[in-house]
Amino acid sequence: MNDVARDSRQLDDAAELLWSRWKGRILVKRVEQAAALKVECGKEDLREFCEWISEERGRLLATQVVEETSAGFLLTYVFYPESTEPWIFVETRIAAGETAPSLVALSRGPSFDWHEREAEDLFGLRFEGHPRLGEFVLHEEWPEGVNPMRRSFSAKAWRGERDSNASWRPPRALLEPGSFAMPIGPIFSDFAESSHFLLETVGEDVVRTIPRFFYKYRGVEKIAEGQTIDRVLLLAERFSGASAFAHGLAFCQAVEAICEIEPPPRAKALRVLFAELERLRHHAASITGICNSTALAIATSQASLIEEELLRLTGEIVRHRYFFGVIALGGVACDLDDAQARRLGDRVKEIGGRIGELHRLLRYSSSFLDRLEEVGVVSPEAALTYGLVGPIGRASGLKRDVRKLRPYAIYDGVDFVAPTEQEGDGYARLRVFFREAEQSALIISQTLSNLPTGHLVAGPARTRSGAALGAVEAPSGAAFHWVRLTEDGAVTRWRVTPPSFPNWHGFHLAAEKFAFQDFPIILATFGLSNAECDR
Amino acid sequence: MTNWVLRGLRNGIKTTRYPGTRDAAPGVTPGRPVAALLAEPERGAVVEACPTGAIARNGDAVAIDLGKCVHCFRCAASHTEAGLPWKQDYEWAAYPNETTAAGRTLEAAFGRSLHIRFVDAGACGACMSEARQLNNPYYNMHRLGFFITPTPRNADALLVAGPVSDAMRLPLRKVYDAMPTPKRVIAIGACAISGGVFGPSFSSAGGVGEVIPVDVTVPGCPPPPLAILHGLLVLVARKPPAARVSQTPASARTGQ
Repeated sequence: MNDVARDSRQLDDAAELLWSRWKGRILVKRVEQAAALKVECGKEDLREFCEWISEERGRLLATQVVEETSAGFLLTYVFYPESTEPWIFVETRIAAGETAPSLVALSRGPSFDWHEREAEDLFGLRFEGHPRLGEFVLHEEWPEGVNPMRRSFSAKAWRGERDSNASWRPPRALLEPGSFAMPIGPIFSDFAESSHFLLETVGEDVVRTIPRFFYKYRGVEKIAEGQTIDRVLLLAERFSGASAFAHGLAFCQAVEAICEIEPPPRAKALRVLFAELERLRHHAASITGICNSTALAIATSQASLIEEELLRLTGEIVRHRYFFGVIALGGVACDLDDAQARRLGDRVKEIGGRIGELHRLLRYSSSFLDRLEEVGVVSPEAALTYGLVGPIGRASGLKRDVRKLRPYAIYDGVDFVAPTEQEGDGYARLRVFFREAEQSALIISQTLSNLPTGHLVAGPARTRSGAALGAVEAPSGAAFHWVRLTEDGAVTRWRVTPPSFPNWHGFHLAAEKFAFQDFPIILATFGLSNAECDR
Repeated sequence: MTNWVLRGLRNGIKTTRYPGTRDAAPGVTPGRPVAALLAEPERGAVVEACPTGAIARNGDAVAIDLGKCVHCFRCAASHTEAGLPWKQDYEWAAYPNETTAAGRTLEAAFGRSLHIRFVDAGACGACMSEARQLNNPYYNMHRLGFFITPTPRNADALLVAGPVSDAMRLPLRKVYDAMPTPKRVIAIGACAISGGVFGPSFSSAGGVGEVIPVDVTVPGCPPPPLAILHGLLVLVARKPPAARVSQTPASARTGQ
């Protein structure tokens, strides 16, 4: 049986199951292209349906998309399985002026939490039953009732007054005499992205961490509204420089799904090659950060040599050290000649060997391991309810990888593993970074040994109206780009759910009951980007 | 037990010879478009192709404001289409405004001991990554007397990246105010100079210069480590700055 027939039968089976269980309460449609089912569900049934689909059917929340319509709001919840079964798009319409049901009280409620808080801030859509709405993306200086993602709000024109006396006072857990909250940020450390942490402490031991993000909110989704595909691609590459290629790819895949563009075989292979080279560099940077956080100077130097050499290699092969301008709609913008392919293969093999050597040396450095083991633990249960993704999720036993669950480009023909660990501590995360880097090096040499010839970009295609989801395993986990296009090629909605969105949400789980000096280490083992989360 | 010292020594010296000699290792810079003579319709095509308005018509050639360039390569000449040549250099740090060069640099006392506070004002992470590379053995900026300091109280210079997002306006202002005089500001990256692809908008100021005074700009998206190093050397008057807007030299023109 071929793939198309198998997908089609899986869709039928899944649709039938939905029909028989939810007869008369939902509408089910097949979305053939995306191997997905669309479910229309009334807002009164939403809680029950989402609980059933996530608890009984084991589906994970990929993203929640809010779109403003003439009659109110359209909410789309995307659920994906931990297998190759169909994806489920649940649609609910909320009339203007009404509230939406909050899903935070469900068994996996925390994974809905930040989505709802963001939607309340940016759209002014209230979620009935959510315990802490308000001040999230937009901080306290921002005037109440001004919601930038609403159609009526202009991205260019508005420059309003700020409340200069506003202050931020989150609820504190520790009220004993002598306890205090130590603020860190938004500007801290030698090189750290802008974010803020309140460490609640009684002296030496930190009891709880209250993180605060979105200092770097640049409103990229708003700026993109009404822009051409080409302009939005520039934003997709540049809102998170550490994983530019992955986000460019996810955006292109969404547009390609809408316009039915099929990239040529060589382009698909090069996409895998570039994506893995980016992952290799990203993980090398994370490893550098972890070595640096424990003040192991020579290991830091060794890791940063590897990082710089990968940056140079990237610059040499594709012109730009961070892959800007490399992805193109329908393919890629850069090719490799035979000499470059050989050089890339040789260098990656050599660097892969040195990454392996560094891993061995670190394993025999007990003073280093003491700082990582049993530090910043995220339990598998907590990782599941928070919906953690990528290396952070895999270090806590969640075996999920978009490259395996919904193989794109040529990942279905590549032999690789997605390494998992069970402990969920800092050392487990370091091991996952190392093992994934080794896998990326292997994928690169496999792809190079079997590189198809041919064009780099698909022929010109007519733009169509519609919406689609692009899903990519970015270096730090699953990245979802929802795109809605008009027929003349304008982007009317672009919702990015980057991997650091759920993972930063789960960060506080790892930052509880620890010694103060471990804070930079816990931060480094997460290896996350604020630019990517804040957008 | 791992003998780290031995492992480190085995690598030998990796550090660049810049600024003593030019570093031409492959992949140290994405390069930049250079102003060139172009006939119509190619001239119009490269102006049109630039998404950030960095390229403008200039008589029979084009002029390039590198502070707006985001390295998208849309203007680059390829084997199929005519376009601008790209030059593989990195000494492109410039004063923000050609007419006010005086008072930008710091006195000789700072020449070999400059303490720098880095501020992320909404950068995408690439500028910060390139600034961070200055501490790796390849660039090792300590050898030139440049040090990163965690507190603005000890800082002589601010290195700022990002278009200045709304929530970072106040922290940036506070950091600047907390520095002792004399103090200088270096804006690194297209976002910090002109807002780049983000601004100005409702959520970003569209450049560091909108919030605090800027003394040296380092264009690039992101500027490679050697370009940032050039910017620091310009600030302490150990290297001359480049021109903010690159134009075709008159000698290259026919009939002049």
